Amino acid sequence: MDSTLFLQQLVNGFSLGSMYALIAVGYTMVYGVLRLINFAHGDIMMVSAYAALFCITSLNVPFLGALSLAMIFAMVVGIATDKIAYKPLRKAPRISLLITAIGISFFLQNLFNMLFTSTPKAFLPPAYFEELINVGGISVTFGSLLVPLITFIIVVIVLLILYKSKYGIAIRALAFDVQTVNLMGIDANRIIAMVFALGSALAAVGGVFWASMYYSITPTMGTLIGLKAFAAAVLGGIGSVVGAVIGGLIIGLTEVIAVAFFPELSGFKDAFAFIFLVFILLFKPTGILGINFEKSRF
Amino acid sequence: MMSRAKISHLTFLFLALAFIFVSPRIFSDYGMSIVNQIAIFIILAVSYNLINGVTGQFSLEPNGFVAVGAYVAALVLLSTEAKEEQFFYDGINPFILALHSPSFIVALLAAGLCACLLSFILSFAVFRVRGDYLAIVTLGFGIIIKLLALSFPTFTNGSRGINEIPAYSNIYWTGGIAIIAVILILNIVYSKYGRAMKAIRDDEDAASAMGINTFWIKTLAFGTSAFLEGVGGGLLACLLTTVSPEQFDFLLTFQLLIIIVLGGLGSTTGAILGSILVIGGAEWLRFLDEFKIQMEFFGAEIQTGHGLRMVVFSLILIFVMLFARRGIMGDRELLDIFKAFQKRFKGSEK
Repeated sequence: MDSTLFLQQLVNGFSLGSMYALIAVGYTMVYGVLRLINFAHGDIMMVSAYAALFCITSLNVPFLGALSLAMIFAMVVGIATDKIAYKPLRKAPRISLLITAIGISFFLQNLFNMLFTSTPKAFLPPAYFEELINVGGISVTFGSLLVPLITFIIVVIVLLILYKSKYGIAIRALAFDVQTVNLMGIDANRIIAMVFALGSALAAVGGVFWASMYYSITPTMGTLIGLKAFAAAVLGGIGSVVGAVIGGLIIGLTEVIAVAFFPELSGFKDAFAFIFLVFILLFKPTGILGINFEKSRF
Repeated sequence: MMSRAKISHLTFLFLALAFIFVSPRIFSDYGMSIVNQIAIFIILAVSYNLINGVTGQFSLEPNGFVAVGAYVAALVLLSTEAKEEQFFYDGINPFILALHSPSFIVALLAAGLCACLLSFILSFAVFRVRGDYLAIVTLGFGIIIKLLALSFPTFTNGSRGINEIPAYSNIYWTGGIAIIAVILILNIVYSKYGRAMKAIRDDEDAASAMGINTFWIKTLAFGTSAFLEGVGGGLLACLLTTVSPEQFDFLLTFQLLIIIVLGGLGSTTGAILGSILVIGGAEWLRFLDEFKIQMEFFGAEIQTGHGLRMVVFSLILIFVMLFARRGIMGDRELLDIFKAFQKRFKGSEK
């Protein structure tokens, strides 16, 4: 394979990986504070893609406006799922929480399946997404450069929130020790709602980008993307935001490059994330940047 | 004299046997297909409960073992001509073509043994990690097994699946094997091994310190549940007469997880009750799919097709979980509840 093609695939892999990363950050943050594998997270991504589509086609909102509306909608859905399905179970066994998460995932999927049928809906991104750009001999679409760029900016913002703001300190404290946080006079439920809002907004960006890059959305799109994003979060070390981004990029790059090198593996593309995950966990059981949750909290 | 526990166990056995022989006379064909499905899900749920509820290892890959069982049983039962007819597109592996036995019991045993062997190999990888890491690794294997079925069409016929599998499964097979599975699982749970499994669930490090070889006990639980899940998969294949990779998505795993958590994690009685409620309930809600609504939503026309059933089902699931946090049975068995009742009555008499 010549180097131009390789560089092109590298860019594509980066843009795919950054979409996984956006979703993985939400997973990792929710896991950090609640120890919950939030199976509904991928479906929030799907819901926001539909919301953006609705804004663009029915309300004639421009793309960026639709993206912001989708983010707000996702935040509302995220906070609502926390209030309805997770908050009453704060003291219950973790497995009941997991089942309500699966329940929410089924609910969102089937609700959207019922409302919009299972046939894929076409999603038309703004024209500049498809514009070809030549950078030193390789030509890539503007979208595949824009997606990693915006992801990078968003991740920096999230890290600033987490490490520089008052709320970020509260979130990290919550991930460290829930009971002490309550003693310190912090309203844990409000902080958890914030984590859900932040994570869902990121999932919305991921979802809208996904729709823009692949032009179609279905009610079940969130499941596999969500699971791969969770695999990315675990790969990077669950609980770590930077780890989630690294994990997402690794999985995105492997998928694109492996399929480019070995086209006969394309049917197996969805398994790379998990095969990689198994190998990493065999040698580093807590992921690349992970902390051992079983033994201690952070 | 027989103990009270033995008498009540025998009573339930008798009732279950009576049900198996009476049900074909009272239910329609459609009703029987649901009863058969419930019986198969009882096999799957009680065996999944052994690894997930009793041993406390959060495995998420029964769909993989069910898939292996279903494919093995289907390939063993199909005759050479039928295979050649169905594998027309990509050809067929000569070993698969030669593999044939008309006996249902041989097919089921092969299904169980293959799943068991796979679980044994996988246990070296999956039991290196614990807790939620185990969940995601096993979930990954479940997905990989499904993708393998899609990617090796000379073995599995790819996305076309395998059809016209002889419909051997009937209530005598499914119900009978369900009874055997429940008895087997209960015997394991109350044996020395079962106590070791529960010890691992409660505190793995302490169990290991007490001299329990945690890896082998976990492998044993994993292998037993995989064997029964494979047999269940074989029964499922011969009930539906068709297998395809889509049937064995991780949705199947989630369904089983819902069943055992709803019934009460760790309780075999709960797994049985959960299977009846979830499979029966989802079927009972089928009338909801008849609804078709057309509405206008901000100028966009929305037509609702099928699917209200699953929406309602998931809402019910969420609300049941909110109110019965430890599931219906908790970690108790049926006899524990009888005993609790007896104590309460004795208390009120005094």
